[in-house]
Amino acid sequence: MDQTTLNIIVVGLSFCLYFGIAIWARAGTTSEFYAAGRGVNPVVNGMATAADWMSAASFISMAGLIAFVGYNNSTFLMGWTGGYVLMAMLLAPYLRKFGKYTVPEFIGDRYYSTAARLVAVVALIVISVTYVIGQMTGAGVAFSRFLEVDVTTGLYIASATVFVYAVLGGMKGITYTQVAQYVVLIIAYTIPAVFISLQLTGNPIPGLGLFSNMAPGEVGAGTPLLVTLDGLVTDLGFNEYTTGSSPWLMALFTLSLMIGTAGLPHVIIRFFTVPKVADARWSAGWALVFIALLYLTAPAVGAMARLNIMTTMWPQGVEGEAVAVDELPDWFETWQVTGLLGVEDKNGDGRIQYYNESGAGMAELAAERGWTGNELVTFNRDILVLANPEIANLPGWVIALIAAGGLAAALSTAAGLLLAISSAISHDVIKSVINPNISEKGELLAARISMGGAIVLATWLGLNPPGFAAQTVALAFGLAAASLFPTLMMGIFSKRMNSAGATWGMLAGLISTCVYLFAYLGVFFIPGTAWLTADQYLFGIPPTHFGPIGAALNFGVAFAVSSMTAAPPKEIQDLVESVRIPRGAGAATGH
Amino acid sequence: MADTPNNNAYWSANIRLVTICLVIWALVSYGFAILLRPMLSGIAVGGTDLGFWFAQQGSILVFLVLIFFYAWRMNKLDKEHGVDE
Repeated sequence: MDQTTLNIIVVGLSFCLYFGIAIWARAGTTSEFYAAGRGVNPVVNGMATAADWMSAASFISMAGLIAFVGYNNSTFLMGWTGGYVLMAMLLAPYLRKFGKYTVPEFIGDRYYSTAARLVAVVALIVISVTYVIGQMTGAGVAFSRFLEVDVTTGLYIASATVFVYAVLGGMKGITYTQVAQYVVLIIAYTIPAVFISLQLTGNPIPGLGLFSNMAPGEVGAGTPLLVTLDGLVTDLGFNEYTTGSSPWLMALFTLSLMIGTAGLPHVIIRFFTVPKVADARWSAGWALVFIALLYLTAPAVGAMARLNIMTTMWPQGVEGEAVAVDELPDWFETWQVTGLLGVEDKNGDGRIQYYNESGAGMAELAAERGWTGNELVTFNRDILVLANPEIANLPGWVIALIAAGGLAAALSTAAGLLLAISSAISHDVIKSVINPNISEKGELLAARISMGGAIVLATWLGLNPPGFAAQTVALAFGLAAASLFPTLMMGIFSKRMNSAGATWGMLAGLISTCVYLFAYLGVFFIPGTAWLTADQYLFGIPPTHFGPIGAALNFGVAFAVSSMTAAPPKEIQDLVESVRIPRGAGAATGH
Repeated sequence: MADTPNNNAYWSANIRLVTICLVIWALVSYGFAILLRPMLSGIAVGGTDLGFWFAQQGSILVFLVLIFFYAWRMNKLDKEHGVDE
């Protein structure tokens, strides 16, 4: 059986599983559609949250991000997990107690203002739509790479699958498919990692292998893996793996990712599905357990894959000859076809020299050894996870699992985002503003239609990805950090915060973040429309790191405006009191 | 559920607990893993230093412990103050 057939079988089986769950977990009421009937076990919800959160970026790209930069990109590991501490202690339990369906609904009720609610809807939609683009393109790429269908067909298949379980089952269907998707993606991620770790260090746990000595028979046997890696990369002119630069910027970026994570509406609403406040607290812990299984493995996957690439390119060590063109491993050939890897024998010696041309002293070394430039000309960082099983010589079914895992990661996150978008439209716009008298059945239908519409939009954006897709991730995290997180937190922790303060604060966070991003990256990221350049960063802060500044502006403006205007009415202060204590959350499930 | 003294005590106990947890949260990530890394550079861990370990493994493990500790403490506080369900 060839690899593509095997991939199709494994992916096909995983999709059948999702369809089965869709039929089993149909939603009959709005409570089931928006919050899975609030009957989800906290451990199950933790697992679903992990799949909801870990996107194509976590699964496919993160290990590569760390591998190519090393220590400095630890920011992603800490930022994308540390946000859960904020969410568990500052938001999730209280919002669960509030007992409604959407994030804008809390903002609208707590600040007794439809305007505030609509600003929150705008923030939610911008955040979630930008996020969903990446998932759709990720799914399309996984299809085209592993199943040899073209990207367009792949996207249609992915969208149709999500359509079935998201439209039928709403949050209920999404929850249980996410559990299945988590299982698929974590198995796919850890199996190759365990084998590679065993091979290189003899330790089966990748997170421990990362700090172990190299196994006998491997390069640098007996010395620590990280020392070996540092030696190889610096000899070839790359930055040392374990050292970093600009610690303050690292700290700021980590903070930006943490606050942004805590403010992401599609993750927050997952905590609305558990029965009690105490469950919401446990559930946040379980979510992080399941996330940590991947996040503790990712840095090992990154470092070990980088090491494997180095030894593949320099089989006799850096002092010896580089790998000969006709001795490149098979996976090299396979991935060259996809365009993610590319070699060019510039000096015509029949060997491929991989080094950093601009590294210190490399020009002299190159001249001395007859190199005329780096010959591994294309090296996409996503390769590290996608080709991991092939690099480690693992059997075909493991490769097929990676395909199913990548798709599971992309689809589970896409479904969560689509639910956040569609519930904001059907519940916060249609039910609250356009037609408050809509019946339960009518709202359920509206929710299903909104979901369908959101899927069509996401598919279209996946087929026609805006050129700025990469930058928009910064926008999503920046906006979540600057707009939703502070407003939600003040709504719980400050009884004095009033409508005017919150609305102006939210606008200050939103607008300052957009202006700062647009100033350096272009208006709506259109090339050529930026009016400032990188050497003009305010206090040296890059736009991707702006989230905490936007959040600080939000807090500052909110408290200033609030102190100059009247305190919120008594019933709102009572609402805050009630949100702060867990008793009664089980009762507050309906409307 | 107005401002009863009982609820006030519950809320300040919560704030205290959150503050302690967030101090540790910041210390391990922004502190040990990034800004205080040079101070820990003398402690070797698997070919590098403790700061690197905190950046790629340790802080995530501490986050986990913090969330479970918070959940356990709070659920106990709920009962002590009679606001559990």
